[in-house]
Amino acid sequence: MYSSLLRILALVRKEFLAVLKDPRSRFIIFLPPILQCLIFGYAASFDLNFVPYAVLDQDHSAASANFLARLDGSGIFRRQSDLHGTEDISTSINNGHALLVIQVGQDFERHLLAGEPVRVEVVADGRNSNTGRTALGYFESVVEEFNADWRTNHGEAEPPVSIVIRSWYNPNLDSRWSMIPSLIGTLTLLGTLMLTAMSVAREREQGTFDQLLVTPFRPFEIMVGKAVPNIAIGLTQATTILLIALFWFHIPFAGSFFVLYAGLGLFLMAAVGLGLLVSSISATMQQAMLYAFLLVMPFAILSGLTTPFNSMPEFLQSAMVINPLRYALDITRRVYLEDAGFTQLLSDFLPLAVIGLLTLSGAAWLFRRRLT
Amino acid sequence: MNKWSGKLRRIRALTLKETRQVLRDPSSIAIGIVFPLMMILLFGYGMSLDVTKVSVAVVDEDASSDSIALIGAFRLSPYFKVTLAHSMAEANTVLLDQGVDGVLRIPSNFSRRWHSGKAQVQILVDGTDANEARIMQAYAQGPVSLWSTAQAKSVGAVSAGPVIVVDRMWFNENNDSHFFLVPGLIVLVMTIIGAFLTAMVVAREWERGTLEALFVTPMRATEFLVSKVLPYFGLGMIGFVLCILAGQFLFHVPLRGSLSLLCLASMIYLVVALGIGLLVSTLVKSQFLASQLAMLLTFLPALMLSGFLYDLRSMPAFIRGITYFLPPRYAVALMQTLYLAGNVGSVIWLNLGVLSAMAMTVMLLTRLATRKQLS
Repeated sequence: MYSSLLRILALVRKEFLAVLKDPRSRFIIFLPPILQCLIFGYAASFDLNFVPYAVLDQDHSAASANFLARLDGSGIFRRQSDLHGTEDISTSINNGHALLVIQVGQDFERHLLAGEPVRVEVVADGRNSNTGRTALGYFESVVEEFNADWRTNHGEAEPPVSIVIRSWYNPNLDSRWSMIPSLIGTLTLLGTLMLTAMSVAREREQGTFDQLLVTPFRPFEIMVGKAVPNIAIGLTQATTILLIALFWFHIPFAGSFFVLYAGLGLFLMAAVGLGLLVSSISATMQQAMLYAFLLVMPFAILSGLTTPFNSMPEFLQSAMVINPLRYALDITRRVYLEDAGFTQLLSDFLPLAVIGLLTLSGAAWLFRRRLT
Repeated sequence: MNKWSGKLRRIRALTLKETRQVLRDPSSIAIGIVFPLMMILLFGYGMSLDVTKVSVAVVDEDASSDSIALIGAFRLSPYFKVTLAHSMAEANTVLLDQGVDGVLRIPSNFSRRWHSGKAQVQILVDGTDANEARIMQAYAQGPVSLWSTAQAKSVGAVSAGPVIVVDRMWFNENNDSHFFLVPGLIVLVMTIIGAFLTAMVVAREWERGTLEALFVTPMRATEFLVSKVLPYFGLGMIGFVLCILAGQFLFHVPLRGSLSLLCLASMIYLVVALGIGLLVSTLVKSQFLASQLAMLLTFLPALMLSGFLYDLRSMPAFIRGITYFLPPRYAVALMQTLYLAGNVGSVIWLNLGVLSAMAMTVMLLTRLATRKQLS
């Protein structure tokens, strides 16, 4: 027992040395999570804060100017050009200068003063229909405000029902607040799975794995010796992202670090287990990297990171019971923002533990099979 | 004459060797064929940005005919799955256990206040998934305004307006998200096939020492590079064809521009991706480092900084600045325009021009780096 522990420790030490000895590889273990975290934090948002638009104002009245001034005053809409005829509309949309083209008809003021409904036509660039739809939504809410003010100023009542939105744990519904905590799991999965898979594949490619197999190490010890350093590196990567979330993006941490790290520990066991499984079917580093990537892609896309989990087709949702990232996202988000405890997260901890146990013992079994 | 035939012979031999290596490695086939198919299915069926049902727990504290009518409007809406809760405490528990996506609360004074013109309903969402919460928020407007206009008409009050928005989404009238996912998918697939395999390829020869063996042959830098590019170029084009076919027959995305321009644009972008992979591989000489760098330099920008999913104009200035130096933004602009808008001269020539310049720069740099290491 004691000698087994010693052997594992020696292997762990060797593994750390192999990864951390080369300054370039130290760099490449920590640079990607940091860069990715910053890029995701700043770029991964479906919210728009700059909507360039063009106007075809055929009315040229005080009322139309007043109406358009509201858009310019919103801070989001930026007028790029004033068009002179309907034929200009397609040009501004086609060449991408304007995301929206707003057309105010020539009877705008007359209708408005007469108290009649008046139509304003707006065309959106639908090449990215998601962006187009969001921009249209913003435009409609500016018009809604204009309408409400107009009605109040003209002695008409407020719209009868208003909706008051309250959001738990993320009062401003800032998408960064749910994105960054999710990255703690996503980026470490990518990092650890690849690192683990490639570290074994490298030994295999260079022939040192065979040398390892003729030492007194038992398959189980090799597995632990490979798993522990990678879990430790994963935890360091996770901590790096956590620190960026806390001190760079200033997202308030509501939960307990203990629960978070317990969850991360289980999650990393599952991630490393998967990495070891991938490595056992790969003969070369290229295979290890590509197979790991082919595994991570569906896990990341179908985890609920960018699109809501519940809007996926049912069969995909049930297929994702094997996706460790799905549970990790739930744990990181809910511990971070909601202060969820062990009892609330039991439905995430249990599957993670099962995945970890299955993959790690599977990897140990496959190592043993190579021995005989 | 003799010099040229020797050159061609060497390129042929090296390309043959590389092609055999590709064909015999199951992982290259996996990335060339399985990966595009997987992405097509994932993006086509898994990654839905479209409308789906949101489950909402309704707490009716008013229990009047008005509030029941409003709940009816929610039940009729195709976007909501309504369940009833007896109290706010109960609804909150269900919400926090993620049994429902949101809670609609109709306060006890709803009916009374509605008749005096100032009614309110409350919607509670769990903000831990901000995306989902926003979708919920946007959907809720539908049934509420439907109900209030119907009610207002029946009592003769003013309807919404005076300004009514008539909107049209050009290029994608039915708001089908496959229309923008497929062009982006082509870029993503070309990026991975182009950059990932080549990133490993030269580094592997370094690590195994086979490159030194090649150096003692009469092979020249350019010949070496051509033989490394050709097989992977072929693999990339297979992925491209798979994506085009899926776009046409599976998702019915219209191709409004010319097919030949689309092919040209993809080929040029594929050359850029291959070049970046080779350059990284030549410079770092380590498979692990090269694979991580390729991921960072090609895959991540293609996904995040290309305008494929997230709007470039809304990114902070310094990130927007970075995107101009990265090829995916030009490729995505080209694909989206060629697919959905058609042959828009100004967009196409500008982006094609930039991509061609990038392709040449990257290839020249790679040649330079290879020659330096050869000598």
